[in-house]
Amino acid sequence: MAGFFIFGNELISVSTPAASVGAVESRRAHFDQPLLLRSGGIMPAYDLVYETYGTLNAAGSNAVLVCHALSGSHHVAGYYADEPKNVGWWDNMIGPGKPIDTDRFFVVGVNNLGGCHGSTGPSSIDPATGKPWGARFPMMAVIDWVHTQARLADLLGIGAWAAVVGGSLGGMQALRWTITYPERVRHAVVVAAAPFLTAQNIAFNDVARQAILTDPEFHGGNFYDHGAHPWRGLRLARMLGHITYLSVDQMAEKFGRELRDGSLSFGYDVEFEVESYLRYQGDKFAEFFDANTYLLMTKALDYFDPAREADGNLAAALAKAQAAFLVVSFTTDWRFAPERSLEIVHALVASGKEVSYMESDCRYGHDSFLMDDKPYQDVVRAYMENIVL
Amino acid sequence: MKPVLDRPDLALIAKWIKPGESVLDLGCGDGALLKHLAQTRGVHGYGVDVSADNVKASIKNGVNVIQMDLEKGLVGFGDQAFSHVVLSRTLQTVRHTEGILREMLRVGKEAVVSFPNFAYWKNRVAVMDGHMPVSEDLPYAWFNTPNLRFFTIPDFEDLCAHVGVTIRERQVLDEKGLLVTEEPNFLGSLAVYRLKRQAG
Repeated sequence: MAGFFIFGNELISVSTPAASVGAVESRRAHFDQPLLLRSGGIMPAYDLVYETYGTLNAAGSNAVLVCHALSGSHHVAGYYADEPKNVGWWDNMIGPGKPIDTDRFFVVGVNNLGGCHGSTGPSSIDPATGKPWGARFPMMAVIDWVHTQARLADLLGIGAWAAVVGGSLGGMQALRWTITYPERVRHAVVVAAAPFLTAQNIAFNDVARQAILTDPEFHGGNFYDHGAHPWRGLRLARMLGHITYLSVDQMAEKFGRELRDGSLSFGYDVEFEVESYLRYQGDKFAEFFDANTYLLMTKALDYFDPAREADGNLAAALAKAQAAFLVVSFTTDWRFAPERSLEIVHALVASGKEVSYMESDCRYGHDSFLMDDKPYQDVVRAYMENIVL
Repeated sequence: MKPVLDRPDLALIAKWIKPGESVLDLGCGDGALLKHLAQTRGVHGYGVDVSADNVKASIKNGVNVIQMDLEKGLVGFGDQAFSHVVLSRTLQTVRHTEGILREMLRVGKEAVVSFPNFAYWKNRVAVMDGHMPVSEDLPYAWFNTPNLRFFTIPDFEDLCAHVGVTIRERQVLDEKGLLVTEEPNFLGSLAVYRLKRQAG
């Protein structure tokens, strides 16, 4: 559910980082042990692309996994030598001397299975058919991603993560990690997340999906075979999602009722500045993002509900967690409101876990988790500094 | 070396909490009490504070802290979930005085409350001289104080009776943090109470 970090610079200037991890390279790992999925399906083999920053210590005790949200990727920090403007989506949080300090931690970013940034996904070629997976790509659940990330940890020689960190859907993965692999997570940093989606949240996701599914260019998910691209649906899905990641005040402040040409034109072309902005964001996103990935990411969000395993009792579901937690929410986030984070906090308190909770008053809605909000970053820094390596 | 609690009321409160008990510290500041309790007697607990700076300070101290506004009550914390719920030098800043007392005894088996005694003799002298008191335990000027309520030891005990709270123990300290036994409402600058629900 991560927002507009890639193109968000127009709306909010993300300050240029003082210290960067510098030029980074993506790596690819192949896994050929079949993965049984929550849906009952099987992923026979798959690739994950990932990036690492910093150095894994001899004890393997300083590794931090960063989980991404709906539209994120493994490119978390730094830039590519041949693309200096392609800066990682959480570069303000991760780097030398930053809240998640790469002088101290070995940080791993991975593109989720089913993604469209290099890991095996619906647009990848299925070796069984020689054609893109398309509609046959299996449905993903958060727990499936956690299993794949655990296999990547094995490959990298990481027994237990010092911390698993994420915002939004990434925060849900961090939460899931603590339940599924309790002995492999020492700390979880869960930002702008929720223990499950409300009906309203699922409704937003379904409108986004309907926009894609009803696009004539979608071809039931096999648009690759038709040389088609359901950009209209993807664009609408993104425009809708984007609105929900911003706060009312922030939009009012930035756009108000400003008119692009200074006067009303009484037509359906862009009149208000906010229309211009949203259409631009939608267009840019639809150019590169995969429609099937968008669909399966939103479904993974809808399915997430770890309390189900304990008859709806989140505290009972979290009882097996061994990690300590930092939970952060944002006052202006109405998509995953602070009350939803507090549900996680109170479940953790009820089961006697170590947990700290911050509600930042950052103004930028759900996307606040990506922003330069000093109180929030200071708290993450303080928490990370106390992690014993 | 044991860390020394520099506030005498906290040192007093710490003695009331036994190893292995659980504590919710409301208005926990930088988490000094919880840090002390964890280090000296393995007490597990959580702080609650409304200020982002205090949340950061508590986290730096390695203390669990939850950023919440006490005016909204203790929604989300289970009934009788903690052996002690502590509110030190904070009651006078809370608008919903009765509500927070009731909530403390819903969530905790015992409530521990400390507050500055407005009837302390130096405060009386200040008022007699025509000024609002400023002292060790009331360290603010009238125009910048976070304190909303000014009350005395008998005032508080009247409230306890009104709300249906039993006083298990009371200790009164002077400005230097020494115990006061005679004329507490005159010689006492800070009062510290252990409270429980009225039986039945």
